[in-house]
Amino acid sequence: MDEASLAGPRERALAEAPVRVVSARVGLGRRLANLWSRRELVWGLVFSDIRIKYKNSALGIFWSMLSPAFTLAVYYMVFSLFLKNGIPNFVVYLFAGLVVWNMFLTAVSTATGVIVDRAALVKKVSFPREILALSNVGAAIVYFVVQIVVLVVFLAVLRHAPAWGYLWLLPVSFLALAAFSAALSVVMSAVNVYFRDMKHLIEVVLQLWFWLTPVVYSYENSIAPHLAAHGLSVLYFLNPVTLVVVTFQRVFYVTPVVHSTVTGQVLNILPTWSFERFFLLNLALLGLSLLAFVVAEAVFGRLEGNFESEL
Amino acid sequence: MTTVIEVRGVSKQFKIHHERHQSLKERVLHPRSGTTELFNALRDVSFDVGVGETVGIVGHNGSGKSTLLKCICGVLKPSTGQIRLRGSLAALLELGAGFQPELSGRDNVYLYGAMLGLSRRTVDAVFDEIVEFSEIAPFIDTQVKFYSSGMYVRLAFAVAVNVDPDILVVDEVLAVGDERFQAKCVDRIQRFQREGRTILLVTHNADQVRALCDRAIVLDGGDLVADGPTHESLRVFRERLLDEAAEHDPEKLLGTIQIESVTTPSGSFEVRNGAGIHLDVTVSAQGAFSGNFVVEVFTRAGLLVSRSDAQGAPVNLAPGANRVAVDLPALPLLDGVYDVNLGVVDAHGHTVVAWREGAASLQVIYDGREGGIVALGTAVTQL
Repeated sequence: MDEASLAGPRERALAEAPVRVVSARVGLGRRLANLWSRRELVWGLVFSDIRIKYKNSALGIFWSMLSPAFTLAVYYMVFSLFLKNGIPNFVVYLFAGLVVWNMFLTAVSTATGVIVDRAALVKKVSFPREILALSNVGAAIVYFVVQIVVLVVFLAVLRHAPAWGYLWLLPVSFLALAAFSAALSVVMSAVNVYFRDMKHLIEVVLQLWFWLTPVVYSYENSIAPHLAAHGLSVLYFLNPVTLVVVTFQRVFYVTPVVHSTVTGQVLNILPTWSFERFFLLNLALLGLSLLAFVVAEAVFGRLEGNFESEL
Repeated sequence: MTTVIEVRGVSKQFKIHHERHQSLKERVLHPRSGTTELFNALRDVSFDVGVGETVGIVGHNGSGKSTLLKCICGVLKPSTGQIRLRGSLAALLELGAGFQPELSGRDNVYLYGAMLGLSRRTVDAVFDEIVEFSEIAPFIDTQVKFYSSGMYVRLAFAVAVNVDPDILVVDEVLAVGDERFQAKCVDRIQRFQREGRTILLVTHNADQVRALCDRAIVLDGGDLVADGPTHESLRVFRERLLDEAAEHDPEKLLGTIQIESVTTPSGSFEVRNGAGIHLDVTVSAQGAFSGNFVVEVFTRAGLLVSRSDAQGAPVNLAPGANRVAVDLPALPLLDGVYDVNLGVVDAHGHTVVAWREGAASLQVIYDGREGGIVALGTAVTQL
């Protein structure tokens, strides 16, 4: 073998190769660039986790479809037969919000403990650590897509058309939710390394958060009049999940104002905003969520330097 | 020469928690209690590694060599200083650390590849080579939790060496697998050397460093204490080992015996092949001591020719200067320079009480045409 010809090109190629720096402080721009270059690992981890979860189960990934379908069926029975709250097709309203909430809940609650749970990997293999948290967000997105499929099938069965004109809100709104979930997941996974109680605390906080989000009740119908009286409406929308939930409800449930099936009264279910207003609000939320993610990356960078002393 | 690894003023401190308050309740109840101590694992270490070099990093346990390696691989971040790397790096640190027991060998190859920063397509291209090298083809679709530890390690090694790394970092892994697989690994490392790849080898096996490395770095207590040609660095390493042994020496023997000088009757260290050489060794002892001599002969390339392990009757040393004769009766060596190391061990052969690395350099003269190290006097005759 001609050895000299093998050594030559390698040295020439290396002279031009980019330099990677390992140091205590890595600049935010470089962190984000590193993360982007390793994006394939996020999906590698997502799909290996899903594969492990459904290994040796006969129905496999169909379980993640069956379980929300079953939930939907139960809700349908309960709200159309026993707990009539007067909102027609309430189950569509409920499920549109629940899909959004489930994604946020799954992402944040599983990501919080992930660095501690995967300590063995963190201490032995080199990769951007926040990828572990992001892979949990990725898994939540996969389940979200599965649930959306169930919702679409359900809508087809009920012959309930979505608001076609508002459909373009969904990608923007979804991206905003994904970015916000990722930001919170990344920060919580790092904080949990130092305060192990965070894993339990976040469960409690998320329960409270659920009731601050209009998933099982209608904001316009219940809280809005009280808040508006004091000029505090904006307070409610400080919860970024609210806007996403309301957007999904607007797209799938469609009608903001309905007649109660019980009393016949007019009920305000959803905000009567125009498409433009929805779009601009969601765009603003996306911008803020991306900003939050960048801040989360910076915070994670500060916290990860001492991981090895704590794990 | 292009520099591929630049280590600049790297220090690493670990916090050691004496009382851990990690839950919120404990932190609220004991806001200030729980002391942390700082431990310096590395202190201001700097060196460069050029493309195509094979550098050994040696040091005894706790010297910081694994910490340094983890910093280079990016598993740990230095507390201060920085490391600049050019080209791709594959680490054989803890083989199979990234494996998921529930997944099949095939899935793990792709996942491990992704952790090393490789795209799916890149792994596709070398997948067959990986499986062939690992010799576990029939089990590649079996979950790795059913693998034997040998299969596990072979697969991990196969991934790391088949992904075309520019820099290969090896930590003590050559001690795994059966002898045949070990030989295969050494063979692959030598091929990497020929291909101009850069290799960092961490071990406390001095023989392995001699056999594979052109250069060695010695770490002691987090400090870089030597960086140079392998045989010189290894001399420092041995001396440090002795110094350290002296601190833990129950009988306080170390340092009481010194190998002062090595001469020959003629004053020349030249010797013809087949002839013998008589070394006149002066040893000073602070007290009476009975022990054995160890004699090592190495080629300049670092290959061990012979090590005499404290055989024969013990030598009784009297307080003061002693003269000891070391005879190498017939050297069947080919021409070249051979380094002789001398040591004194206690009567049980457990404790080295004195060591002199490079005690003498023998210049062997040989007129024959054989190649290699040993003159076997091979003769071929037609019958």
